[in-house]
Amino acid sequence: MSRLLVCPPEFFGIEYEINPWMRLTNRVDHGRAVRQWHELMRVFEQDLGVVLERMTPIPGLPDLVFTANAGIVVGRTAVVSRFRYPERQREEAHFENWFRKHGYEVMTGEAGIHFEGAGDLLGFPEYWFGGYRQRSDIRVFPILSEHFHREIIPLELVDSRFYHLDTCFCPLSGGELLYFPAAFDSYGQTAIAERVPDKLRLTVPEDEALKFACNAVCVGKHVVLPAGCPTTQAWLRIRGYETHPVQLDEFMRSGGSAKCLTLALD
Amino acid sequence: MSHYQESVYLQGHIIDSLVLAKVLDLILMMGGTFDLEDVHIGKTRAEPSHARIRIRTASRMLLDDILRKIQPHGASIEREADCRTDRAPADGVLPDDFYATTHLPTQIRLNGRWLDVDRIEMDLAITVNEAGSVAQAVPMGEVRQGDQIVVGREGVRVIPLQRPQERDVFGFMESQVSAERPHGHIIADIAARMRQLKERRSLRQTDSHVLLSGGPAIIHAGGREALTWLIEQGFIHILFCGNALAAHDMEADLFGTSLGYGLTAGRAVPHGHEHHLRTINRIRSIGSIEAAVTSGVIKQGVMAACIRQGVPMVISGTIRDDGPLPGVITDSIQAQRAMRALIPDIGLALLVASTLHSVATGNLLPATVPTVCVDVNPSIPTKLADRGSFQAVGLVMDAASFLSELARLLGRST
Repeated sequence: MSRLLVCPPEFFGIEYEINPWMRLTNRVDHGRAVRQWHELMRVFEQDLGVVLERMTPIPGLPDLVFTANAGIVVGRTAVVSRFRYPERQREEAHFENWFRKHGYEVMTGEAGIHFEGAGDLLGFPEYWFGGYRQRSDIRVFPILSEHFHREIIPLELVDSRFYHLDTCFCPLSGGELLYFPAAFDSYGQTAIAERVPDKLRLTVPEDEALKFACNAVCVGKHVVLPAGCPTTQAWLRIRGYETHPVQLDEFMRSGGSAKCLTLALD
Repeated sequence: MSHYQESVYLQGHIIDSLVLAKVLDLILMMGGTFDLEDVHIGKTRAEPSHARIRIRTASRMLLDDILRKIQPHGASIEREADCRTDRAPADGVLPDDFYATTHLPTQIRLNGRWLDVDRIEMDLAITVNEAGSVAQAVPMGEVRQGDQIVVGREGVRVIPLQRPQERDVFGFMESQVSAERPHGHIIADIAARMRQLKERRSLRQTDSHVLLSGGPAIIHAGGREALTWLIEQGFIHILFCGNALAAHDMEADLFGTSLGYGLTAGRAVPHGHEHHLRTINRIRSIGSIEAAVTSGVIKQGVMAACIRQGVPMVISGTIRDDGPLPGVITDSIQAQRAMRALIPDIGLALLVASTLHSVATGNLLPATVPTVCVDVNPSIPTKLADRGSFQAVGLVMDAASFLSELARLLGRST
């Protein structure tokens, strides 16, 4: 059974601008955001049977809701993020506390080497991909690779709208991949194409990529993704996945969607 | 030297991700060059790879730009240490762990800054002035007690030669020496270089001198006129030789023989074996080669041309010399010193028909100087051409044919 770490959006809002989606003038409809988040949780718990671990939200930390950036969890080890921007660095201690309280062996990275957790480290069981340049520092991947004995292929993110790897890249349980190639440079596109065969790769159309179609959560043969991505949904269904679109546009104002709002614990 | 360089280290899964390719492409696209050192490719998917990349540029600014551009891709600058120095314990004695030089351009790191080593030459030590602002290669015998000498290998780097931009015979690694190859195009390239250097020298540009280091076979084989012409026409600017070349050159002028052989008749003349001794005795009685030329006793030939053209000569003695002629330096260390003093401005070295002088000269030359070694014995050009230099060319041929062809290509009518 899957377990996800989430954080209720009590204090979610836009209080600073650290990515091209965030505009202080673009106010979040708080009530609507809360309703969207609860609907997402309902899909996970009721439709997919996922176990949710809820963190306590903290006033003044509007992005704590994006638990994908807490760190990464591998077995009983949690690697806590080292955020690039000071605005989010204050979240680190809270994520670390949560991991410690829940019995994880906590690994903290070297100061000065930024790493934004599962937002920038995704993959298949045998090997992972690491997004760098926008938020995470490429130097973190050799360290994690050595610790977890896993190959990590770094991919440079070249479009600031796709500032985390999980905004443009989504590996699925059957070995397929949803991705938006233009978010990567030609070296990254070649590296991806050499690893994932053509027929297993879906190039998400730009309009759906901009709705964060790739910011999807795959649980077995189910994929939870933002609403309004018909091409992506159709392809997923052909590949045998059951799709669960959820309206999450209030979170898109902050540059986040389904995947950003969860962290896989097991 | 316009070499700026820095080593960076790249590690992780840099092969399949094409991160290594990207970093190397960036270096090239920005106008730098690189050498890949210590590349290790992981044997399994999980095992990471690593590479050490030495980046070179023509300017400090470009190097900094490149480093700034590649750092986000994980290239970390290697931590470098200053070189260590120790005091020479006595005159002529180096500290135990002294750094022994190669003939390649070398830099040492002092106070965080890379400093070129001046007057580089193989098999010397490196001395640093008290202010730490000048580094120079120094022969063991020249060291004075208390001199600061570089010890160990840390903080010393040797810069491999860049392939020269000229697309002539010096632009290719030609250490393979063979008598069975055509010589024409090689001599034509040498002539072209000499024409350029003559032009550069007339404009008083640096590294524009042509050195000829030669043996007496030049005279015996009939290359005397061609060499004389080359000196008179201003194509050769420094001469290194021994007692024999000078003696037989002047013997030819006084007696028309070389080691007793009539140069025009082509056969031994009666009592000809005495001619070189009588020549040496004559010059000794006059007092100097220069006086012999200016007084008109010696009228033509290599010595006369050098004196008239003001071409500096270093005539080094050997253990089997007759005489020797006045001006021959019989102390080898002094001779070395005199030769070394003329090395800095050399732009081309012709080492012709002399094992002894060719090897001695070859040892004094930095690897950056284009060098031609001509000998009928293939082992000499092979030895000299195979010095790890892009710019050494060996020719297995007779000295007279080489010099005559060279002079012909430079405009001498035959």
